[in-house]
Amino acid sequence: MTIGLEHYLVLSAVLFCIGLYGALTKRNAVIILMCIELMLNAVNISLVAFSRYVVPVLLTGQVFAIFVMVVAAAEVAVGLAIVLAIYRGLADIDANNINLMKW
Amino acid sequence: MIPYQLIWLIMLLPLFSFIINGLVLRQFINRKSKLYGYVTITAIAVSAIFSIWALLSVAANNEEIIIPDVSWVVIDNGVNIHLGLIADQLSTMMAVVVSVVSLMVQIYSLGYMHGDEAGYYRYYTYMSLFTFSMLGLVLSDNLLFTFVFWEMVGLCSYLLIGFWFHKKSAADAAKKAFIVTRIGDFGFLAGILILFFNTGTFDIKELHELAITGVLAGTVLMWAAIGLFAGAMGKSAQFPLHVWLPDAMEGPTPVSALIHSATMVCAGVYLVARTMPMFIYSTEAINIVAIIGGFTAIFAATMGLAANDIKRVLAYSTISQIGYMMLGLGAVGMALAGEISGGELHLGTEEMLIIAKGAVAVGMFHLFTHAFFKALLFMGSGSVNHSTGTFDMRLMGGLRKTMPWTYATFLIGSLSLAGIWPLAGFWSKDEILVSAFESQKILFYLAMITVFLTAFYMFRAIYMTFHGEYKGGATDDGKDHHHTHESPWVMVGPLVFLSVLAVVAGWWNLTGAFNHFMGHEAEAAASVAGGLFGAFTHTVEGIPLPLISLLVALFGIFMAYVIYNKKWITAGSVGKVFGPLYTLVYRKYFFDELYENIIVKLVALKGLFTGFQLFDSKGVDGAVNGVAEVVTAGGRAIRHAQTGQLQLYGLFIGIGLAVIGICVYVFG
Repeated sequence: MTIGLEHYLVLSAVLFCIGLYGALTKRNAVIILMCIELMLNAVNISLVAFSRYVVPVLLTGQVFAIFVMVVAAAEVAVGLAIVLAIYRGLADIDANNINLMKW
Repeated sequence: MIPYQLIWLIMLLPLFSFIINGLVLRQFINRKSKLYGYVTITAIAVSAIFSIWALLSVAANNEEIIIPDVSWVVIDNGVNIHLGLIADQLSTMMAVVVSVVSLMVQIYSLGYMHGDEAGYYRYYTYMSLFTFSMLGLVLSDNLLFTFVFWEMVGLCSYLLIGFWFHKKSAADAAKKAFIVTRIGDFGFLAGILILFFNTGTFDIKELHELAITGVLAGTVLMWAAIGLFAGAMGKSAQFPLHVWLPDAMEGPTPVSALIHSATMVCAGVYLVARTMPMFIYSTEAINIVAIIGGFTAIFAATMGLAANDIKRVLAYSTISQIGYMMLGLGAVGMALAGEISGGELHLGTEEMLIIAKGAVAVGMFHLFTHAFFKALLFMGSGSVNHSTGTFDMRLMGGLRKTMPWTYATFLIGSLSLAGIWPLAGFWSKDEILVSAFESQKILFYLAMITVFLTAFYMFRAIYMTFHGEYKGGATDDGKDHHHTHESPWVMVGPLVFLSVLAVVAGWWNLTGAFNHFMGHEAEAAASVAGGLFGAFTHTVEGIPLPLISLLVALFGIFMAYVIYNKKWITAGSVGKVFGPLYTLVYRKYFFDELYENIIVKLVALKGLFTGFQLFDSKGVDGAVNGVAEVVTAGGRAIRHAQTGQLQLYGLFIGIGLAVIGICVYVFG
């Protein structure tokens, strides 16, 4: 059995769904951030897979994936900083309790 | 022949003086300066000279001066509203009346308004504006601009009645005048719109043409003419819209002389005269004109009998005399209308036009003479007030010794108004009587009684004011009025000038010259054709009508002499005999009460306004509040969806995207 495009896409979809599920259900802000990373990486997999199988000559997908990683790294840096700041203020990182701006 | 540009100047000069007074001079000099008066007087004097020149030019060839129009609004579908002037016999005559009387009044005002704390500034500014608007109204050649100027004179009337606005009565009178005339103006506007929507033109001459050729006829013409007459009724204080004029006497006396006797209140008569062809082709409208006019004449005259305020006597007299003018306009047509609708008479357009011109000549001749002697009388009453500080005749008396010029001129004015030969009023009133006699006997009898009443109340005023013993004048203004004095020459001069006109103005028509000028055949109104003494021998249908009216007037004067001078019969005992009648007349037939209590308070306030208020608070507000409540309730219900939890939102977004994706996959 050879591994084709479909396998990568299924993997990507599964990872994305896990990430989405985690992002929507978890209460812990750090875990939510991790789940978002998971979703981004699922997308990266499908980008690279498409690039490899559909237009093998070009490296567009790969370059795009690297860009996504850069943005994701920046996002994690900012996101964790915010989580830390909230933790210092509230001694809690449960997303349900972070409701200061709710009316 | 006058260049046509100067006719524009007739009306524009007072506008210039208004602008100079109102916008320029006030910045540099104080409001009490006489300069304001000089500016206005100069402008109006020049405009009076041009008006007389225009009149002479028209009279020379007996044809109108053609003035090129100025286009104002041109709309593609043929609507073309122009700004034009008409300078025919009728309008140039009116322009002369307006500018000459205005000039006299402005000169007189220099003396009358002297020392008034409001100063000359506001007074002369308004007066210039009024003269401009009135000349514009007279000279305008289309109904739209007539209406604009019509409202402008109404505005000036409002401003000048309320000139002393710190007095509540003056402020109220100004509002009353404005509101009551607006009721009539509504009719006027409706009439103009009816005409415009049916013919597409505002031009008076074109409308005449359409009425004569029968394009404009039937109900449309009738309602249009009635609408125009409603405007005339409001402005000319005809029954039942007469209530504002007596109260308008709150304004300064020269204002009453100019606006509320000689010019503005005659605008209604002028309007009907101007649009006479439309009236002559509408039987109902012309009948209404004659009946309202005849009734108002006697109705107002009776109220003049009991008034104690000399200006109010004159105000009722004005209403009554304008009623005469309306009767003069309506009577000729009324006679014919009956015969035409009865099928006894078939007239071509030529004959109809001659009849229209005849009616105009009769009505306008009285307007012409009346303007001079009534302005004179008002200014005389102002002169009396200047000396005694009051208008109440019960506080006057014996003034003929100290105010000989005022007395003499007032007497001439009264004799003229009473219709005594050979003064101006005799000739013009006689013609109206003749046309009433030839049309409707009942209107003629009413007019004849009015002749008696007019002579009576005018000489009642003279005896109370100028004869007997002086009763001390005003007591409530803190000044000493025990020594009455003649007014300064700036006031007496115009009085003398107008009293000359009050004598000679009627002689214009001695051999039918005025009638001829207005395009009326002299034979049709032959009472004046016999010259100065022909009036005594002239008969109408075998009755020496002029002589009878003269005797009736003399009898009126005699009765006033008996009651108010010799006191053979005291006024009190007459009052007792006619007790309820006297009260009725003294309280002005309770019209003020009727309007105030029934129409304003009951119908308007309690009925209509309460209804409107209910509709407003329940209907309109209810709809607005209802919408708000529905939205609020909806919001309250739906806001539970907004949990503020991002993850839930994310879930919904995810579900939504999934649904869209599935839809695209399945249906796409």
